[in-house]
Amino acid sequence: MNFDFSDDQKQLRDQARKFLAEKCSPKAVRVVLDGKAPYDKELWKGLAEMGFLGVAIPEEFGGAGAGHLELCVIAEEMGRANAPVPFSSTVYLAAEALLIAGSDAQKKKWLPAIASGEAIGTLALFEGKGNPAPKNIKLVASGGTLNGVKKPVADGAIADFAVVAARTGSTGRENDISLFIVDLKAGGVEVKSLTNLDPTRGQAELTFKNTKAEPLGAAGEGWSILSQVLDRAAVLCAFEQVGGSDRALEMGRDYALDRIAFGRPIGSFQAVKHMLADMYVSATLARSNSYYGAWALSTNASELPEAAAAARISATQAFQHCAKNNIQVHGGMGFTWEFDCHMYYRRANAMALGLGSLSYWEDQLIDRMRKKNAA
Amino acid sequence: MNFEDTPQEAAFRATARAWIAANAPKQYEEELQKSSLGRTQLKNASILEVAKAWQKKKADAGWACLHWSKEYGGRGASPIERVIWQQEEGPFGKLSGMFIIGHGMCGPTMMAFAREEHKRTYLPPLASGEKVWCQLFSEPAGGSDVAGLRTRAEKDGDDWVINGQKIWTSGAHYSDYGILLTRTDPTVPKHKGLTMFFLDMKSPGVEVRPIKQASGASDFNEVYFTNVRIPDHQRLGEVGDGWNVSLTTLMNERSAIGAGVSTGFPELFEYCSSLMLDDGPAIEDRAVRSKLASWAVKASGLRYTSMRAISALSRGERPGPENSIGKLVAGSMIQDVATYALDLQGASGVVSGPEDAELAGRFQAMLLRAPGTRVEGGTDEIMRNIIAERVLGLPGDIRVDKDVPFNKIPTKGRN
Repeated sequence: MNFDFSDDQKQLRDQARKFLAEKCSPKAVRVVLDGKAPYDKELWKGLAEMGFLGVAIPEEFGGAGAGHLELCVIAEEMGRANAPVPFSSTVYLAAEALLIAGSDAQKKKWLPAIASGEAIGTLALFEGKGNPAPKNIKLVASGGTLNGVKKPVADGAIADFAVVAARTGSTGRENDISLFIVDLKAGGVEVKSLTNLDPTRGQAELTFKNTKAEPLGAAGEGWSILSQVLDRAAVLCAFEQVGGSDRALEMGRDYALDRIAFGRPIGSFQAVKHMLADMYVSATLARSNSYYGAWALSTNASELPEAAAAARISATQAFQHCAKNNIQVHGGMGFTWEFDCHMYYRRANAMALGLGSLSYWEDQLIDRMRKKNAA
Repeated sequence: MNFEDTPQEAAFRATARAWIAANAPKQYEEELQKSSLGRTQLKNASILEVAKAWQKKKADAGWACLHWSKEYGGRGASPIERVIWQQEEGPFGKLSGMFIIGHGMCGPTMMAFAREEHKRTYLPPLASGEKVWCQLFSEPAGGSDVAGLRTRAEKDGDDWVINGQKIWTSGAHYSDYGILLTRTDPTVPKHKGLTMFFLDMKSPGVEVRPIKQASGASDFNEVYFTNVRIPDHQRLGEVGDGWNVSLTTLMNERSAIGAGVSTGFPELFEYCSSLMLDDGPAIEDRAVRSKLASWAVKASGLRYTSMRAISALSRGERPGPENSIGKLVAGSMIQDVATYALDLQGASGVVSGPEDAELAGRFQAMLLRAPGTRVEGGTDEIMRNIIAERVLGLPGDIRVDKDVPFNKIPTKGRN
């Protein structure tokens, strides 16, 4: 049994960690946090040059032609560094949707541009409150044009194109939904930035008014494609969350060793030690669940839906737990803008919602476990 | 990343599987499969006898204590082969419960510290289950703080004379031998005045009294020592070095992996899958599903954490510290799971008798046994200290009695 990443993959992780430590310091993250730039353009360019944006994109479409396991180790480092770039929207959502359902021409148009850092993509799925469900998609597609409003759309204000979920039928079934690609730079979409929990990753409202759109995948197949995309993204996001959990735990541990109160390091008090031990437990469970997700993703196993939901839940819980208790260990200083704790707290809570909420994924997990047991 | 055996591992697995298929006591398989925490009995047989017979059969064919060397009754197998064996043994592994302490703790301590002739005499019958061993560390005055123990050993000629009391000794009532941690010098700080021995549990002056647990069952004992004589050649390690010897014992226990910890989740999921609540199937209830999902990812997290450790073994590495979380997570989880299963039963959850209770009282038995799992073998709090100190590198607690001679430590009048 070798339920672990290979030496090459671990080397890639080290390489990514080193690169991000240099190019994505907390100081660099703060430029975006403070609203001075919508995302870190230099870092985005660097990620393209390192081959990270196209790591899982086949060589024929301009990528490195490695695989999802390689993408997982990079995702972990992106989470650890709290990178203020549209990585998850572009790479986990838009690129994966194209890989699953894109025509050869669509792949040729967009994938090389993603790998080279020229195109930012996103998925426009949500329409206000609610979780991923066919009935929540009201934006209408007819005659090659879209009408409706999507929000929140992650990185919607900086994206060059969006994969849009639209209604093409009204039978009340899953095959009412189809996917489209919209070139956001071609005009016809009204974009409004939304203030959100995590300013290091923007959210936007996109209004489509007779906007020209190109079908992605067969008509009526939208929901089935989306489900696959969300499962893949759940695993990849879980690795970001695992990276973030580890970093938040490290920050708490380092502070507990450094901070003296009552004449001793606060890390020698059991109340603090036990809190940190519990953070370690959550982070470890999340890592192990995510590894299973990575295995299922990389082998396209029939276990993927269940593994993805488990990774998603476990990693969401761990990141929220580690990020909030990191602030608690820091005490008052942890609640200042100046300390970095809140960046992880913001990211943890934003990520907990991005692909649908925790309770949505809990529900999904039980459905999928039942399906497996019935089979 | 894969879950496949190497060719050697696959060959070993096939051999083990074939032997188990031909030799295991199949008539008990279903019962063992269904047994869970607080309920590991057989209806029409003594589990002690079935367990001993199975262990002997394994030993005769070279399948006992796989990681021990052959001259001491083992197989000289690699750590990964031991894990593969445990996976293949499946429910029959539950029969090893009464040997865990002997095989996991006493044996390795003997191997590290006993004289060669003692090893050759005592280890093979320990491996084969013909002789059962227990571990006599905890005392009324020394539980989590085991170095605070008070049982005295005083030199008298070539013997040591033991007086005192041990508590929470698993299986002392059916054990033939035990390893015993004593205080040989109360005038030095507590960790420095300890010495380890092994002894025959039938020695004159040893009295075993079962403890009636909060669950009503009696798995543990108090053991009293009144002028018990132990020859000096049964000493393990140097006089005064008992603390270090005991650390070897405890390390060995912690390095035993792969024997999955019980979380209660599979039982609960199965139960909820068929349970009807007042307003429909439990499994379709939002609140039930949310609880189940949270526990499902803990159970799977533990499963895959253990697989990561097994992978390290398979590569010939030592598993990392992540495996230390198992008991901490599973202990409180099984308690919560049992509590919730009863909650789903409504008022009738109170009925616990096997004849009348839901599922023959399985979850009731689990609930009543569960508090013990959070205490035995290191309390949840001690486990958190271990993770904080050994994994995260946080400082140890300030210990006010560390440098004080043992007999000067305040006792509030208790001895």
